[in-house]
Amino acid sequence: MRTGFRPSVGLALAALVLACPSCSSKPAEAPGERSESSSPPSNAPTVVVGYTASASGKLNVESIRQRNGLELWREHVNATGAWRVETRWYDDESRSDRIQELYTRLATNDHANFLISPYSSGLTAAAAVISEQYGIPMISTGAASDSTYQQGLTMVYQVYTPASQYLTGALDLLAARLPDLKKLAILHEADRFSSDVAAAVKARAEASGYAVVLDEGYDSATTDFSPFINKIQQARPDAVVGGGHFQDGSALARQLADKRVAVPFVALLVAPPEPSFAELGSAAIGIVGPSQWEPQAAYDAAAAQAAGTRWVGPTGAEFAHAYLQAFGEQPSYHAAGGYAAGLVLQDALQRAGSGEATALKTALDATDIMTFFGRTTFATAPESHGLQVGHLMVYVQWQQGAGGKPVKRVVWPAAAASAELAARPTP
Amino acid sequence: MWSETLLASTVDGLLIGVVYGLAALGLTLIFGVMNVVNLAHGPTMTLGMFGIYLSATKLGLHPFAGLVLVAAGGLLLGVGIYVVAVKRVIDAPHLASLLATFSVNLMIVGVATAIFSTSFRNLSHDLGVLRAGPIAVPGTRVAAALLAVAVAAALQVFLTRTRLGKYVRAVAANRAAAELVGIPSARVLALSFGIGTMLAATAGGLIALSLPFTVLSGGVYELKSFVIVVLGGLGNPLGALVGGVVLGLIEGIVPVFARATWVPVLEYGLFVLILLVRPSGLLGGGR
Repeated sequence: MRTGFRPSVGLALAALVLACPSCSSKPAEAPGERSESSSPPSNAPTVVVGYTASASGKLNVESIRQRNGLELWREHVNATGAWRVETRWYDDESRSDRIQELYTRLATNDHANFLISPYSSGLTAAAAVISEQYGIPMISTGAASDSTYQQGLTMVYQVYTPASQYLTGALDLLAARLPDLKKLAILHEADRFSSDVAAAVKARAEASGYAVVLDEGYDSATTDFSPFINKIQQARPDAVVGGGHFQDGSALARQLADKRVAVPFVALLVAPPEPSFAELGSAAIGIVGPSQWEPQAAYDAAAAQAAGTRWVGPTGAEFAHAYLQAFGEQPSYHAAGGYAAGLVLQDALQRAGSGEATALKTALDATDIMTFFGRTTFATAPESHGLQVGHLMVYVQWQQGAGGKPVKRVVWPAAAASAELAARPTP
Repeated sequence: MWSETLLASTVDGLLIGVVYGLAALGLTLIFGVMNVVNLAHGPTMTLGMFGIYLSATKLGLHPFAGLVLVAAGGLLLGVGIYVVAVKRVIDAPHLASLLATFSVNLMIVGVATAIFSTSFRNLSHDLGVLRAGPIAVPGTRVAAALLAVAVAAALQVFLTRTRLGKYVRAVAANRAAAELVGIPSARVLALSFGIGTMLAATAGGLIALSLPFTVLSGGVYELKSFVIVVLGGLGNPLGALVGGVVLGLIEGIVPVFARATWVPVLEYGLFVLILLVRPSGLLGGGR
């Protein structure tokens, strides 16, 4: 009789552990900590910032960029010498079931003074519970869902424009530039964030006189959009809005082109602002997407003064240059959001004068600043405490550039536009 | 109008279902021959996707030429996985082979994530659109379905008309008896695992022709493959193709009548029903 079972199980388990570095409970080493140049004076007050990032799993790309932005801020703030910021982070594997365990560890074992959210609304909702439970202020970035802030939380502050406003600006754009288009199809991922966006855009569209001829959600794992595209073709809309995250949005854009769907206006969530959306080639042309931030966005000290608020941090060009130097790629809005979260914390620390939770909370409640990311102000009413009320989205469109290659341009709002909206060409 | 959408969605479901079927064919062949449930199936499909992508973008090969490389690479990879991870546990209880192939799964995903990240990849290869009335089908979908049918037919010819294929069937039917008549079962098992992996990698390559993908995409198709082999009958190659088409049609047709959230409800409802009422699958389990 063969007796290979037990050693094989042992081998398999060993391999399992080896192949899953993120299963280890040790925090990964934060980049830059070994840099002498970024070390502040030893008498600078120390603040421990805890967070999780998705070093593995489906949110890996956006989450790592967000983390890169935050760690770049940490280097910059340490270089000022005013504070010594230390970060502790764990890999959440893009899994919401890991979040509460890891944030509890950050609160209890790592004694974090401050928390930064993971990437995505679903993961952030789980982390918010721990922030509230331990009374540690948390800035959420990469998490736009409104519903998290409608649950009576008092310690969570949102940097992103809320999901309810993600695509409502696309309707303003549509009304201003293509006013004859009146039939709308909404096709969205059936997750928390995308459903919030879709519900808001539907309410706004109906109130604005648009006919919503299709409103449908799809499972997050959807890869083949053919049945939905056939329904779109049956409904004959003038405009399609929706999407969800990067993978599904990219797949939908490609399949709309593959099936030669002639809809002059297509606006999708999350995917279009990403530089790698250009990999779709001609399928990317004409696609519009909301972005929390673009390098072309013209926020500066003068804009802050005009808006009656304070300017904090570097300009967009300075941030983009530093990010490019550090990571070898242009920053996406996820990276900018990570850095901006750090700037909001830095400003609150300056005003609070310490990393003590109550003082930080009071300072955060009174935040009204402008950074390269845009304006940041939080709602303080109990029913929506921490919701972002100052920041505005910009809308980009992929247009045909030199040599036929797709080029991303800002088309809305008008004040920030670098190009006019063009109707999506029939593929 | 409604019937036009139904017709178009039926054709779409049929075309993608054949490719699903090819993927499941690899899974069912391995189970049929050596009683091993291959949990490295999904990542193998992922490698097929990246294989065709890299051969097109880095080597400048035509995607269909890249598919030949993917198939050859899949065969070699399968033999390698068999020798390293499966051979020693093939006679052990199922849990051992499940853990062994699952560990291969984790290793492939871990290494691929480290190399490629989970960024999406897109293989832009436009073969135009075939139109017939209300039906508009991308050429890449039609090509993928035709190639899937061709590969499945070639497998059938291999298994029924060649000496080596007959060896595979003999080992599947009764390994001890096959060894008694001089069939080198160890090599046949390695070859069978290689062919199963080759089919998975090829199916991955065909999917990459028309759909964007990431290093995690294989997991989605692996789950579909498990549903398909249960629908068609575990170990039954023809059942895998039929199961694939059934799944493709459910995915294509259901959203015409109902919200798409009903698709997984129906798929897994059917899955459970088959397990309860006809556990051997629609066409019966086979070896």
